[in-house]
Amino acid sequence: MVKGESPFMKYLRRDRLPTIFCAGCGNGIVMNTFFNGMEMAEVDFDNLILVSGIGCSSRIPGYVACDSLHTTHGRPISFATGIKLANPEHDVAVFSGDGDAAAIGGNHLIHGARRNIDITVICINNSIYGMTGGQISPTSPKGSYGTTAPYGALERPFSLADLVTAAGGTYVARWTTAHPVQLSKAIKYGLQNKGFSFIEVISQCPTYYGRKNKLRSPIDMLNWMKESSINKRRADKMEEEELQGKIIVGEFQKKPEPEFAEKLCKLLEEQCVTGKPTAIRSAYQED
Amino acid sequence: MITVNENLCKGCNLCTEFCPQKVYKESKKLDKKGIHVPAPVDEEKCKKCGLCALMCPDQAIKVEEDEDEE
Ligand SMILES: Cc1ncc(C[n+]2csc(CCOP(=O)(O)OP(=O)(O)O)c2C)c(N)n1
Ligand code: SF4
Ligand code: SF4
Ligand code: SF4
Ligand SMILES: [Mg+2]
Repeated sequence: MVKGESPFMKYLRRDRLPTIFCAGCGNGIVMNTFFNGMEMAEVDFDNLILVSGIGCSSRIPGYVACDSLHTTHGRPISFATGIKLANPEHDVAVFSGDGDAAAIGGNHLIHGARRNIDITVICINNSIYGMTGGQISPTSPKGSYGTTAPYGALERPFSLADLVTAAGGTYVARWTTAHPVQLSKAIKYGLQNKGFSFIEVISQCPTYYGRKNKLRSPIDMLNWMKESSINKRRADKMEEEELQGKIIVGEFQKKPEPEFAEKLCKLLEEQCVTGKPTAIRSAYQED
Repeated sequence: MITVNENLCKGCNLCTEFCPQKVYKESKKLDKKGIHVPAPVDEEKCKKCGLCALMCPDQAIKVEEDEDEE
């Protein structure tokens, strides 16, 4: 490690830094917590493949010095499913935004969870479409402002952690960028879980969400997250009105269940001559 | 020893605000890129918790154990 250099620099493509992210954007904090969680889970960096869709948050894998796939908007879970089934030995993680995962990619999200395929989805939920200039997303709070909601959003937002729990995710947690230590641990558990893991990170887009919602600086946004957060264990005992405007954080699901790639491999073993997914170095195998 | 990499820092001041020991101070002067790079002025108060390095969105901070303490 070079003297005076961040402990995370060894995982980054330093020639591409600094990132294109605005000053104080939460994406950079999520990168750090991912590396931290990855170290805690003892994931082999050389065995890791990162997949993303389109959005500011989806730019993350491009800065990381491992194999990665920057795919089409909303589709990273589909590509990740393909990678995992082609060679289930890889560790596969997805970086996706709230728009990417819950709007255009909403179906892939619920069906990935339903299948319980062993991938870890890190959803950076900044409650807005950052990359395209601040449009309302499926997680924008009711009444919040965006370029497509000059009078405030009328719809109710999705609670993604609840949605994925209901759809069948086997490790589900929500934290914010103001909780980097807890978030790192959740990412660790997510990576260790053999099944569909979903880590929702409430994050700051000071440039669009902040500017339109009277939280001008990244500091204001993090203070708002800290003050509004309430642990799930406590929240479960509270009334709905008391929870207005609160961010419920903690673990939503931790329940191991049979995993999809394993089930498929077992089927191949029983029914197929090679007994293995075809992409595992099949070109070099005699049979 | 705390190092802030001027080539990476974007001047968001999350370190200044969230260091529990208030080690960093917002800079008054602009660097050559027009950024106020904070300085760890009260470094002797640092508890080496590593929070600033974990929170810095631009991987600009390195916190090292002091050599004489090792
Ligand atoms: C098929 C398709 N539709 C729309 C777009 C335009 N588009 C690019 S990014 C984006 C939304 C990004 O929002 P989110 O996923 O929340 O990421 P963020 O930038 O907030 O991190 C949209 C709609 C696109 N690139 N492709
Ligand atoms: S527009 Fe928002 S989400 Fe995108 S880099 Fe800037 S602060 Fe981050
Ligand atoms: S948190 Fe990082 S980028 Fe932000 S001001 Fe501090 S050193 Fe600079
Ligand atoms: S290591 Fe902890 S105490 Fe030291 S400067 Fe960073 S945040 Fe402050
Ligand atoms: Mg977004």
